[in-house]
Amino acid sequence: MIRDITIGQYYQTDSVIHRLDPRVKLLGTFIYIIMLFMMKNPAGYALAFLFLILVIKLSRVPLKFILKGMKSIVFILFITVFFNLFMTPGEELVRFWKITITDRGVANALTMTVRLSLLIIGSSMMTFTTTPNELTDGMEKGLRGLKKIKVPVHEMAMMMSIALRFIPILLEETDKIMKAQMARGADFESGGLIKRAKAMVPILVPLFVSAFRRANDLAMAMEARCYHGGEGRTKMKPLIYKRRDAVSYIILAVYVVLVFFLGRHAMFKVW
Amino acid sequence: MSIVVDHVNFIYGADTEHSVHALKDVCLNISDGEFIGVIGHTGSGKSTLMQHLNGLLKASSGSIYFNGQDIYDKDYKLKDLRLKVGLVFQYPEHQLFETDVFSDIKFGPMNQGLTKKEAELRAYEALRMVDFPEEFYYASPFELSGGQKRRAAIAGVLAMNPEVLILDEPTAGLDPKGRFEILDQIKKLQTERHMTIILVSHSMEDVAEYVDRIVVMNNGEVFADGSPREIFGYVKELEAIGLSAPQIGYIARNLRRAGFALPDGIITVSEAADAIMEILG
Repeated sequence: MIRDITIGQYYQTDSVIHRLDPRVKLLGTFIYIIMLFMMKNPAGYALAFLFLILVIKLSRVPLKFILKGMKSIVFILFITVFFNLFMTPGEELVRFWKITITDRGVANALTMTVRLSLLIIGSSMMTFTTTPNELTDGMEKGLRGLKKIKVPVHEMAMMMSIALRFIPILLEETDKIMKAQMARGADFESGGLIKRAKAMVPILVPLFVSAFRRANDLAMAMEARCYHGGEGRTKMKPLIYKRRDAVSYIILAVYVVLVFFLGRHAMFKVW
Repeated sequence: MSIVVDHVNFIYGADTEHSVHALKDVCLNISDGEFIGVIGHTGSGKSTLMQHLNGLLKASSGSIYFNGQDIYDKDYKLKDLRLKVGLVFQYPEHQLFETDVFSDIKFGPMNQGLTKKEAELRAYEALRMVDFPEEFYYASPFELSGGQKRRAAIAGVLAMNPEVLILDEPTAGLDPKGRFEILDQIKKLQTERHMTIILVSHSMEDVAEYVDRIVVMNNGEVFADGSPREIFGYVKELEAIGLSAPQIGYIARNLRRAGFALPDGIITVSEAADAIMEILG
């Protein structure tokens, strides 16, 4: 079941977007999200939609794969629509029993749906096209200026990549331990809440022990290979901006300008 | 009373792009009281097959019969099967969780629905079976040495008093002394308690020494099935699939080539020693 969630997964293929410098993608996603929240009219959303379509087309990630990930957020979208539709004050459109739907409510529900969908698809485009390693590399290099004010950028990036690396390992370990305890007659499915919580102990204890053991082993292996933090550390694949990265920054800048332009232009203002 | 594996197929991650056909049309007949060794290189489907025998994995197609009953029948209780077919996983010490060894071993019998007293009796018996030193009965399982942990974990499965005991590389990572002790105790379970034993192993020497019958797995298929002497006669075929004969077999062959009149089919060190002593008078 855990494997069915495609949000946050990497989709392996070769495309311009995949080859972009992770810093571009990180900053791009960041700006894209901020822009989504600054937009005040449908034209802005249309522009964001077009921008997203462009990225999806260039990334060669199949639409089916992207939409499969969206399934898991339908529930969140539904709740958002529900609250916005029925709880927003404004001019009354429909009324039955105690429920009223207002013009503002409809507008808000629509905006929130569009905004959330664009937000989630947009940010998952980054993870679809960037490996966790690239992501942390990009973060480390992109934020390296913060080192001057004593922010441990390298350590944070290293911690993140190790944490990401441990997720599949611990999943596999959990599976193994569960099976081993089931072979000893453990039952995780029946009984009330307390009984079920208690049934987790034989999984959680070995899982913690194993996580600590692995962490210890990893620390030892890193030290054995002379790891001593980020000081003076070189990279096998250093991040260097290429022409395509410059072009992407320009496209990004044009996008920002266009969003502001559309936002200011009264002609496009609907509400 | 037996296990029959009938044309079992298993596909990991069916209907995804990364599906792996892990078992292909496997047929096996395991009789009561047998000591079977399962060999095969990494990824040949040994562990997957073992997890089918106690119902932890469900075959994509085919059926498995335990004592004549189809374990995939709707009315069949898989939990009961798991109590009758004990499975000791690789590195079983990683599943220890209780505060002391004795309580950990009680976990299985308690799940069987035994009373506390009965469970304690079973735990005590199981610890005796694996020759676990008494002074550590109430020690934390995390303070034990590797070999002792392994013993405690095996005892945890034995305490359920299974009819069939499956061990997935029970000696991996143990020193030679611990290895022989554990294997000797497993052999005793077969000879004295008439338990059916299935031993998955990477050590041709262990298999040659202890088991009565060998099943060779390759690429998810049963490659060969026979007595150790038969199987280790096919050295070339075994080497082609990444296995080998026991080392002593190679020595005996080289000695024979060098002109010593050693008999054919030597697979254990003691057989070789006897034969050599006979020649030397």
